[in-house]
Amino acid sequence: MSFHQFTGTDTYIASPELRDAVNVAVALEKPLLIKGEPGTGKTRLAEAISEDLGMELLTWNVKSTSKAHDGLYVYDTVQRLNDARFGDRDIRDIKRYIKLGALGRSFKAEQRVVLLIDEIDKADMEFPNDLLHELDRMSFEIDETQETVTAGQRPVVVVTSNNEKELPDAFLRRCVFHYIAFPDEPLMTDIVQVHHPDIEEELLRQVLVAFYWLREQSEVRKRPSTSELIDWIAALRRAGVSSVAMEEKLPFLGVLLKHEQDLDAVFASKNRGQRRYAN
Amino acid sequence: MFTDFLYHLRASGIKASLTEWLPLMRSLAEGHARANLMVFYHLARALLVKRETQYDLYDRAFAEYFRGVDQHFDLSDELLEWLADPVLPRELTADELAAIEALDFDELRRRFEERLQEQDERHDGGNRWIGTGGTSPFGHGGTNPAGIRVGGAGGGRSAVQVAGERRFRNLRSDRVLDTRQIGVALRRLRNLGKNEGPEELDLDATIDHSARNGGEIDLVFGPPRRNRIKLLLLIDVGGSMDPHAELCERLFSASHAANHFQHFESRFFHNCPYERLFTDIYNWRGEPTAEVLKRIDRTWSVIFVGDAWMSPYELTHVGGAIDLFHHNRDTGLAWLRRFRDRCPDSVWLNPEPRRIWNSPSIRIIREVFPMFELTLDGLTEAVDVLGGRRPNQPLGGPVASSWVN
Repeated sequence: MSFHQFTGTDTYIASPELRDAVNVAVALEKPLLIKGEPGTGKTRLAEAISEDLGMELLTWNVKSTSKAHDGLYVYDTVQRLNDARFGDRDIRDIKRYIKLGALGRSFKAEQRVVLLIDEIDKADMEFPNDLLHELDRMSFEIDETQETVTAGQRPVVVVTSNNEKELPDAFLRRCVFHYIAFPDEPLMTDIVQVHHPDIEEELLRQVLVAFYWLREQSEVRKRPSTSELIDWIAALRRAGVSSVAMEEKLPFLGVLLKHEQDLDAVFASKNRGQRRYAN
Repeated sequence: MFTDFLYHLRASGIKASLTEWLPLMRSLAEGHARANLMVFYHLARALLVKRETQYDLYDRAFAEYFRGVDQHFDLSDELLEWLADPVLPRELTADELAAIEALDFDELRRRFEERLQEQDERHDGGNRWIGTGGTSPFGHGGTNPAGIRVGGAGGGRSAVQVAGERRFRNLRSDRVLDTRQIGVALRRLRNLGKNEGPEELDLDATIDHSARNGGEIDLVFGPPRRNRIKLLLLIDVGGSMDPHAELCERLFSASHAANHFQHFESRFFHNCPYERLFTDIYNWRGEPTAEVLKRIDRTWSVIFVGDAWMSPYELTHVGGAIDLFHHNRDTGLAWLRRFRDRCPDSVWLNPEPRRIWNSPSIRIIREVFPMFELTLDGLTEAVDVLGGRRPNQPLGGPVASSWVN
């Protein structure tokens, strides 16, 4: 058995522990459950795995109304009823009205694929448990046609959760779990450089000092994330803000903080001079 | 060593079962850990720990167990030993039995030995998961085999050091509470009253059933989707509660932002609720408690937040209120009992850790309301009690809070 080795991609930098978690999930053929603060790249991870391992990516965006069964297949009764009324298609063949969902397609694929089940916590409490049987057996039956779909190759399953709901224990037991910690400064430097390869070193240093200072402020309710940092840097550079100006104030703070109270709180604590953000 | 480590983790509060343990053994036998304690640390965490709130417990347990172990420590002898005579717990669940049956220990051992053999012959690494260089079976060295781009964390430090740093301390569920987490915990209240009230027409199901019915209308009714939660939040402010002001403010804003309540009200009090409850305590603006009590009934849940730390006479005596200009005609305890009688679904959340809940006033209040810590665990327990998912008895002893250091 040879091991695929996921190492991250040019645009997606994975920490060593994340790489280990991905690789063990791929090797043991278990679903990989990914959690983390918003903006830490949970969804992007599945894309990176697909790119790095050269597998096709199938995405299943879970919504609050999603049922586990939708991922397997949908029997389009309304279309069939419609066709029956107008008589312009052969309605005796039920197979024509069976549409495979993302999970069903990942089973049928000829090559091993990456299946992303995105934001599983949005669905009902029962959703993850309903998926267990199919994920364990890697096969399901289409009731209407008595056909059994079996996975030729177990897909690499990546499940993301935003922690909106607790996931059931039985589901957790079968997963490989990884929590993407918020990137520390060295890792963040790497990440920023991927998006802004030619950023001035001094500006980057000061931006990061300010960014981590903001995240530490306990009054800030919605802490800024990586994607907001990258947008912020883009705004700073487009406006031609130099590193000297950064020392004095924090321009374009609205890109980082989205709540009025957060902005007020930051200005207040800066003015109190409890701690200068850059020193 | 391996079975010991499992029991050590379990004793530390990580409820890893054999269903999770066996894949780890399989993964080691496949050569995934490369005799590298750092990779073992990652693998064991990915397979055994399923909640980020337990990462810190895992770090502590790992650092404790492997303290003093060399970074180049060779896992392979230990593993071979274990594979030769797999010691397993006696009592197994059906899940675990199935996992064991799926695992052929002899086969695993053979494959592992094969891998060791191969490794002695060639060291080119390539697409095998075995470290580069060195003569020891699985290679040794840093956490980053050549050719892999290095992120931030990990480089050069030992697994025990990394575990010892306890980077995930802030994620512990018995310590932290941020607005979002409170929101999530409160959302558990949604299940309250799901089966109450008249059923409503389920339009989607009706269309679906009618279509299946060949167009004959088939009406489907179901429980209403709307939530029927009514919550009254009463918060103690001022005095000994000052250190907890920020925490209370977070609870307050999370409950306010939660839009899944049918009714939500909040009031403030000082130490103990008496005749008046306040909307603005600094200006003494508010309304008579009796008015509030009149508005609520059994379908409401009441959450008190306070340290319950006061002189007993503030509860038991007429005129015992802490504010000197305020003379209460009924005792504080009488008011608390009125709340409980009006809304049996009431709990008290205490921001102080359970281990210092030993004042007489706390004892008196706990006779009236179940009391929980104002932590994520405590809040979840409280919400479960309100939702009837748990008996009306606070769970957990002083253990959870004695982890503070």
